[in-house]
Amino acid sequence: MADFWKRFSRNRGAVIGAAILLIVVIVALLAPILFPQSPWRMVQRPFLPPLTMDQYPLGTDAVGRDVLTGLAHGAQVSLLVGLISTVAALLIGIPIGALAGYFGGWLDDALMRFTEFFQTVPNFALAIVLVAIFEPSIFSIVAAIAIVSWPPVARLVRGEVLSLRSREYVEAAILAGQKNGTIIVRQVLPNTLSPIIVLASLMVATAILLESSLSFLGLGDPNLMSWGYMIGAARTVIRQAWWLSFFPGVAILLTVLALNLIGEGLNDALNPRLARKGR
Amino acid sequence: MLRFILMRLGKAVIILIAILILNFFLIHAAPGDPAAVMAGEAGAADEKFIADLRERFGLDKPLLTQLGIYLGGVLQFDLGYSYRQQMPVADLILDRLPATLLLTMTAFAISLSLGTLAGVLASARVGKWSDTLISTTALLFYATPLFWAALMAVLLFSVVLNWLPGFGYETVGANYTGFRRVLDIGQHLILPATTLGLFFMAVYMRMTRASMLEVSQLDFVKTARAKGLRPSVIQRRHIFRNAMLPVVTLAGLQAGQLVGGAVLTETVFAWPGIGRLMFEALAQRDYNVLLGVFFVSAAMVLLFNLITDILYRFVDPRIRVG
Repeated sequence: MADFWKRFSRNRGAVIGAAILLIVVIVALLAPILFPQSPWRMVQRPFLPPLTMDQYPLGTDAVGRDVLTGLAHGAQVSLLVGLISTVAALLIGIPIGALAGYFGGWLDDALMRFTEFFQTVPNFALAIVLVAIFEPSIFSIVAAIAIVSWPPVARLVRGEVLSLRSREYVEAAILAGQKNGTIIVRQVLPNTLSPIIVLASLMVATAILLESSLSFLGLGDPNLMSWGYMIGAARTVIRQAWWLSFFPGVAILLTVLALNLIGEGLNDALNPRLARKGR
Repeated sequence: MLRFILMRLGKAVIILIAILILNFFLIHAAPGDPAAVMAGEAGAADEKFIADLRERFGLDKPLLTQLGIYLGGVLQFDLGYSYRQQMPVADLILDRLPATLLLTMTAFAISLSLGTLAGVLASARVGKWSDTLISTTALLFYATPLFWAALMAVLLFSVVLNWLPGFGYETVGANYTGFRRVLDIGQHLILPATTLGLFFMAVYMRMTRASMLEVSQLDFVKTARAKGLRPSVIQRRHIFRNAMLPVVTLAGLQAGQLVGGAVLTETVFAWPGIGRLMFEALAQRDYNVLLGVFFVSAAMVLLFNLITDILYRFVDPRIRVG
């Protein structure tokens, strides 16, 4: 563990990323305390520019809602959706990859064709269609993001399992009479953990981008204030009120950047042999 | 070669049929009556129209028969009818497709050329400030939400600086013809195409840089150096050519995904393509149009992939695909 932190902190970008993410997480957790008012409530006159009133440093939107409150509450939505949809994608991708890699043969062929199909289909267009047809809600958004983002997980896990499967310790487990299920869960999967963690951190970033893009198009959960929604609502008034789209965009950019940097740091820390490749 | 193309074509057709089946089940999985779903939001269509739809798609017949009718329709280029726009979906899409093709192709060309150029420059100056600058820019582009980049581009280049038009496909009411019109469309194209290409520009830049550095460690490059070839020749002839292989593969695979991003760009810039069409269909819950655009964009992805695969076999005889 000490080794891990040493290697992780050697990557300057990763440390910066971790610091940014920590701030976003704290803001998201403290949002109900720091900004107890509903982000949907009108608090001032519409189109109040930033830095005109101390109470509302980032100004208000087209109907007089506080931008800063919206940002803080939006952090909750972004992080939550990013995290849950990544977990959901892992829950689809890991079993498919593990089964394909472990059993091989026709099962492998069938599962990989299935995976290929989802990889070929244009991601974002599929997500739009799914959310639109099943009505926008936090559930349909998470499901749609998971459905379009699991294929890389399945391919990664398959590759790892394929190479681990022929290791001696796995053969020993087979000879010892362990069941296939036990071998996969106990012997094989734990050894695929590092690359999965790295991929997952990058997937959270992509999921946040996807969620904000969907919300921007009006496919967000109508009950939740999100960064993408704020930008989408400000799209038509960009000429009068730049700050309405500027600040939420910076929030998305920083959060996604932080996660990408952390992903690279995790890669350095967890796969030290690969880390220096291509640098 | 012919055999290879036919096999690839067969695979593409299978995937397209799978997408159609998926579309079909999506219509049926949607909450509400499939006929009402196809007609648009409930209440928008009159009773007679819905009854016609039921009749035409055999919605009271077994599911498999319905699927057959649906697939048969698509084979005759019938993607359904948009009740909202009073036009067949296929016509709507064909009408808008050229604008999207122009936008995505331009974005592709911009991202690939600038991305690889920046990647080569960065790899030649590893560790220097220019490398840091290029790499940091790539990291930023990689994390920037496309729709936000588009809005900020409008704000900066169109509203504040007034350099470029930030809205539409050509100047409305100007009625330019010939070269003047091409120039006008070109001006309108710059901002949407560049913002659409930003993300992939970052991807190609990072990949080119990594790939150049990797190839430059290989033995044949050392041999070339030992022979005393000029570094610029080695860079161009030996390293660059080989380093580009993975980048080109990736580019081929991703070119089609630009269509998805086009929904966002076309929405911001009011670009009259199929992405904008999809956005309008969203607001109106026009499911036939949504599914039609989804199908056509998937077909475009497959077409791009097929073209790259074939080109690849011509360019690099070492590669034996599939």
